Amino acid sequence: MNTATSTAYNYKVVRQFAIMTVVWGIVGMLVGVLIAAQLAWPALNLDLPWTSFGRLRPLHTNAVIFAFGGCALFATSYYTVQRTCQTTLFAPKLAAFTFWGWQLVILLAAISLPLGWTGGKEYAELEWPIDILIAVVWVVYGIVFFGTLLKRNVKHLYVGNWFFGAFIIVVAMLHIVNNLEMPVTWTKSYSLYSGATDAMVQWWYGHNAVGFFLTTAFLGMMYYFVPKQAGRPVYSYRLSIVHFWALITLYIWAGPHHLHYTALPDWAQSLGMVMSLILLAPSWGGMINGMMTLSGAWHKLRTDPILRFLVVSLAFYGMSTFEGPMMSIKTVNALSHYTDWTIGHVHAGALGWVAMVSIGSLYHLIPKVFGREEMHSIALINTHFWMATIGTVLYIASMWVNGIAQGLMWRAVNTDGTLTYSFAETLVASHPGFVVRTIGGAIFFAGMLLMAYNTWKTVRAAKPEEMEAAAKYAVEGAH
Amino acid sequence: MEIGLIRGLGTLVVFVAFIGVVLWAYNSKRRGSFDEAALLPFADDPQGLHNQQVSRSNQE
Ligand code: HEM
Ligand code: HEM
Repeated sequence: MNTATSTAYNYKVVRQFAIMTVVWGIVGMLVGVLIAAQLAWPALNLDLPWTSFGRLRPLHTNAVIFAFGGCALFATSYYTVQRTCQTTLFAPKLAAFTFWGWQLVILLAAISLPLGWTGGKEYAELEWPIDILIAVVWVVYGIVFFGTLLKRNVKHLYVGNWFFGAFIIVVAMLHIVNNLEMPVTWTKSYSLYSGATDAMVQWWYGHNAVGFFLTTAFLGMMYYFVPKQAGRPVYSYRLSIVHFWALITLYIWAGPHHLHYTALPDWAQSLGMVMSLILLAPSWGGMINGMMTLSGAWHKLRTDPILRFLVVSLAFYGMSTFEGPMMSIKTVNALSHYTDWTIGHVHAGALGWVAMVSIGSLYHLIPKVFGREEMHSIALINTHFWMATIGTVLYIASMWVNGIAQGLMWRAVNTDGTLTYSFAETLVASHPGFVVRTIGGAIFFAGMLLMAYNTWKTVRAAKPEEMEAAAKYAVEGAH
Repeated sequence: MEIGLIRGLGTLVVFVAFIGVVLWAYNSKRRGSFDEAALLPFADDPQGLHNQQVSRSNQE
């Protein structure tokens, strides 16, 4: 360690997480394309247990959410907290531990899920030894993040940091409560909860994994990178404060919309529905705040594909947070539940919002932390933007068509009360949609390959002196 | 206490808290410090800021 560290940001851990975001994005989306193809052409299951859809699906969800999304959040939160607090990361050794610890979690997931070791709870499949490792890494993440906030050299706490902070605290709480379990062997455990309680705890977890991992944290990203890339402060700082408190207060209660018409008490279902409908307001408040940051700078969209990624991600965020409350209405859910409509909604959020806001932010961040002016090729970013947009649109449009068709066919009955269609008939009707979804996913995936190439060229051109110079900062008051 | 009453009171508390947050955030006393905070992403790179916005803040 040289003495310069006291006046230089810790970009090393940011660089590591940024690179791994691209790597895990490619891995996770490749598995996504594979399972999409398996649904269209079941022979691709290869008749092997390790490559069957049932084992690869959780591999996909864990890889894209926790490996791709997780690394993107570590990278951007460590980057923005340092820059908006004008200080270097607290406890750099612990920060390095979060990097290696998180990679180990991902590696263990990639081994254990295809082997079929699973707790069986969606998005919380990993078995108990890995759960403990996650909890440790997460607590250390909290120490590094909040430690950095405490040693800040500026008076105020920037609002983006509030979102990241809430995400870290709530995810720790969700993870620990939902994974209370009884180990029977090293690779098998049983949940402490049972029956309707188990379902409620699981979807309190599952929904807030969406609410705090896939939404709140990425809003923290949005509140830094949109203003930064647009070159102007956020549209309304006051609105961002109201946005923050309203969002985190409401999200916690919306989980029951995943359990409509189940054994969950009726009042809990209705509460979940009402809370989900109200959730539209803060969600759109946040989206409008992000979009309006561009007012007076709209012309930049014509020339800046990074800004385009960020703005289109906000549009998809607005779309999925409109769709979500609609799907929470019990009568609508009676049609949409179990169908591809849900899958379309998920990927409007996952591809359109989570992946696009991360990609845009990384294109801003990567050159900065590698001491380059900009990415190797802006034209390639533009191509990537169009591939991501077209891929997402193909994915969600095909799933809407499939979802509505499935919902209508399942509920159709003949005059004598028998079902009009067999399940196999609904699958036949869904086949074209499955193929279109695979194509859309493959286009989105190919865009990620462009990003990897662009990143590779940018990183290859980086020089150690430039990287060091880029990390230097002058403490507030010096100008 | 009856369950309906507890829920009613819960709703009231959250509603009052919401109004409180709005009044707090939109109070003109907060204006200066919010304007400062909104500029934090540009603290280390003032050139990155589009110049017409700077005049609005009380940075100097
Ligand atoms: C190339 C891109 C992608 C493709 C082709 C793809 C494909 C798929 C497929 C085929 C499924 C299973 C659907 C079913 O069971 O009927 C799935 C599920 C899922 N994917 Fe993706 N995916 C992609 C990217 C992503 C990304 C980037 C995320 C998150 C950030 C994501 C999150 C999820 C989630 C949460 C589920 C589970 C949905 C549920 O249970 O309702 N996917 N994906
Ligand atoms: C106001 C915001 C939102 C509301 C009220 C909402 C509501 C819903 C509803 C009603 C379902 C279907 C439940 C079912 O029938 O099983 C659902 C599923 C889902 N939503 Fe949202 N949604 C919102 C935003 C988002 C966003 C931004 C994402 C981001 C990625 C997202 C990700 C998911 C996922 C992953 C599932 C599938 C869960 C599963 O069954 O595995 N949602 N949401």
